[in-house]
Amino acid sequence: MQIIQPHYHAIARTAQDYERMAMSGVVAVAEPAFWAGFDRLYPETFIDYFRQISEFEPTRAAQYGIRHFCWVAVNPKEAENPTLTREVLASFPEFFAKPTVLGVGETGLHKATRNECESLEAHVELAMRHGQLVLIHTPHLADKAHGTKRVLEVLAGMNVDPARIWIDHVEEQTIKPCLDAGYWVGFTLYPITKCSPKRAVDMLEKYGIDRILVNSSADWGPSDPFTLQECILEYRRRGHSLQEAIEVFHNNPCRFLGQNPKFDIRPIRVESLAPEPVPA
Amino acid sequence: MLTAAQVAETYFLESRHQLLEIAAHFDRYDAAVAREAAGNGRSAGRDEDGRMSRLREALAILAAPRAERERTVALLELFARE
Repeated sequence: MQIIQPHYHAIARTAQDYERMAMSGVVAVAEPAFWAGFDRLYPETFIDYFRQISEFEPTRAAQYGIRHFCWVAVNPKEAENPTLTREVLASFPEFFAKPTVLGVGETGLHKATRNECESLEAHVELAMRHGQLVLIHTPHLADKAHGTKRVLEVLAGMNVDPARIWIDHVEEQTIKPCLDAGYWVGFTLYPITKCSPKRAVDMLEKYGIDRILVNSSADWGPSDPFTLQECILEYRRRGHSLQEAIEVFHNNPCRFLGQNPKFDIRPIRVESLAPEPVPA
Repeated sequence: MLTAAQVAETYFLESRHQLLEIAAHFDRYDAAVAREAAGNGRSAGRDEDGRMSRLREALAILAAPRAERERTVALLELFARE
């Protein structure tokens, strides 16, 4: 089965991940800009990072037949430095012109501070002005519900097209308001601290598959890109068809990401061939 | 060996994760019962071999603030019951 991993921090992973993902059917990954594990001090550090994910990383993925796309953003954890945020934002248009950059992300909230909310608003405003897609991170664990509510409040005060915005890391207590407001949502499958493959399938069964993306994130922390394949297996084990699985794990990423014409992988449909004549 | 505070902190997220999986299992079961009831018009969800009941008993054992014996032993005996 062909799979798209729509949220994957490739630079934190080894080539072995690419090799195994390719062997399991992954045809494309999309890499949002991420936190480095420490707060960066210089705009140039971000710019080199964006060059890495927009120029170098596609070449590494290509060695395994995987298409690599990316996003640019200042991580919410670094939004407490508004001067730095402004300087990095000024570099975005240069990257929007690159052939594999899909938009702005992952912006969003961590502790939902005033600086974070202002940074989120600035990111979204810039993305909308340049016709870019947006990927929004929602907070972890105890901060999840409040942070997601604040994300929705910030977006509600802006002139945005919800169909071009993906709110990620939703869970059972946050999915409904995001879908009700017209946004795409993402389930992020982590071994411990986010959603699990089984819970993701529960939500697919409860809410349907429209405007839902499933991803593993997979970064430098405890994470595993193959939680996505675990989720596919769980989905299929419960009796959902191959085509239904393709709709969720391949075609939905095509539908959302394909709103940016640079993402040119199209939805697919499986067909059985008519029986071939038996040679006499 | 770890202090009590270290034990609480070290295993908190893992236990949180496991409890959420159990919660999802119960929600999944209730949703299936509701689907079956809607499909055939009769109350479904017969827990004929008592698996769900035993899980509820296990949760009650875990929820007790004090245990007279190890909780793992109590649960293993519960799940070994015919």
